[in-house]
Amino acid sequence: MGKTTAQKIFEAHLVDKPFEDVQVLRLDRVFCHEITTPIALNDLIARGRDRVFDASKIKVVIDHVSPAKDSKTALQGKILRDWSRRHKIDDFFDIGSNGVCHAIFPEKGFVRPGFAVIMGDSHTCTHGAFGAFAAGVGTTDLEVGILKGVCAFRTPKTMRFRITGKLRQGVFAKDVILAIIAKIGVNGATDRVMEFHGPVIDGFSMESRMTLCNMAVEAGGTSGICMPDAVTVDYLWPFISGEFSSKEAALAQYRQWASDPDAVYDGTVELDVSGLEPVMTVGYKPDEIKTVREMRGTPVDQVYIGSCTNGRYEDLREVAAIVRGKRVNPRLRAILAPATTAVFNRALEDGLIKVFLDAGFCVTNPTCGACLGMSNGVLAEGEVCASTSNRNFSGRMGKGGMVHLVSPATAAATAIAGHIENSSAFQG
Amino acid sequence: MKNFNGNLLFLDKSDINTDEIIPAKYLTENFKDALKPHLLEDLKIAGFDPGRDLRDKRAVISRANFGCGSSREHAPWALEENGITIVIAENFARIFRQNMFNCGMLAVELPAADIEEIFKTFSASPARLSVDFAADSVTVQGAGGEKKYTYRIAAFDKSLVEAGGWVDYADGKY
Repeated sequence: MGKTTAQKIFEAHLVDKPFEDVQVLRLDRVFCHEITTPIALNDLIARGRDRVFDASKIKVVIDHVSPAKDSKTALQGKILRDWSRRHKIDDFFDIGSNGVCHAIFPEKGFVRPGFAVIMGDSHTCTHGAFGAFAAGVGTTDLEVGILKGVCAFRTPKTMRFRITGKLRQGVFAKDVILAIIAKIGVNGATDRVMEFHGPVIDGFSMESRMTLCNMAVEAGGTSGICMPDAVTVDYLWPFISGEFSSKEAALAQYRQWASDPDAVYDGTVELDVSGLEPVMTVGYKPDEIKTVREMRGTPVDQVYIGSCTNGRYEDLREVAAIVRGKRVNPRLRAILAPATTAVFNRALEDGLIKVFLDAGFCVTNPTCGACLGMSNGVLAEGEVCASTSNRNFSGRMGKGGMVHLVSPATAAATAIAGHIENSSAFQG
Repeated sequence: MKNFNGNLLFLDKSDINTDEIIPAKYLTENFKDALKPHLLEDLKIAGFDPGRDLRDKRAVISRANFGCGSSREHAPWALEENGITIVIAENFARIFRQNMFNCGMLAVELPAADIEEIFKTFSASPARLSVDFAADSVTVQGAGGEKKYTYRIAAFDKSLVEAGGWVDYADGKY
């Protein structure tokens, strides 16, 4: 009987099976940021166990409030900074070289097919785009991960999503994942891995695959997973060229992690996206969606472009294609936060930042900030934001505020129109 | 092991997320006790007033998919800081459920019909929950009488509750 990617990774990383249906895995990566890690570190110190299992496998970033906005967030940064120095964790990314965790860690080549990854952040499922098993965990699991390099999981079942058809112009990975979540509901994949297959996924860039896997948790999924292929190898090649004689050799090895054709799934969901229009969320749950066409004209106070979902270079390029030579409508304000320092730099070199500034965008440094209403664009009560992020919970971007989740193209069109608008209004 | 017996708080809503349990703006706190006054402050349910309704509560009962959203362990911490050590729901988001057990707290899943019955029978007036941890059962008492419900719990999760959490369990073993 064939195996799924998650089953293969679980078998290869199994340390212990303390109980039926629970597997303790050896971890290849433990990622840390300044919001969920400091309390774990304080607890380790209090327990007299201020140790790390392997400094080379721990990667650290300050991203949620960056730079610090007050004494408390400054302390969170300091705890992380001091700890990284104390334990000689070389891959520590402070302001000036940082980025939103789920954008910067892949960009640095830290995630490879077949890896087992945890982080104290629910959107860790993003990294499954590389054919890895990557799961968000709480602070206690993170603490044990840091100390012992292991994490316990229920043996996961895998749901298979086969995405077929041809995407229309103006429809992107964000629209596809919102449509998937709407189809199965916000707990439609709880305790399950979401494996994405089909010609649409095969044609996606790594950036688009990350957007897709990023929102697996919004359907309750443990990890999103895409099959490693030539696109994966091309993306990773700058980091792995010393390990393999050729891209073909890398591909041959990575392909071993792909699910077998006769793998057993906990259900298959088929979605033909040929008829899919740009969509957006309309309520306070990510599974409540309507087409942008239906919602066209809805008033918006703020447009936010960024986050671990849609703040990568590919996203910024789509935005620039729409806003070039135009002005942000004075009825609203628009914030754009490139997800990493490298994305910012490339956008600067390619002239995109100038396009955004000329259009009237407030371009900020990389940070999670506004997405969770911590800094960098918090909403006032009663305000509405069209955002490229991943959560539209009530109060998510500020108490009493409303969030419509959209693709970067829809966000850009909305910024120019001054209300919810389809990107097709500004093309051709 | 923690004490799981006490007054029951009824939260009649599905998909209560961790932003509603403890808003993100409090994630900058470096100490758990600072979370205490902010538990459920953004939760909107008709008639619910956290300042009034959280008083003297030790247990929560809710509907489906409790604790969805962010991985923040601040959610169970904020509950425990307010004396709440057990949540009963139809089902939980994975990370929240694991965080509860990792803290030695109880996340009890009951069938939708049982949850519905508890809300119907007991939610109109004060009710009390008692837990028989060894027998995997909870008993609700109130003006509507007394009723016992048996739940299913994974052996691993049960051992975490007994051990008082995952750090001690793992450090001794791995």
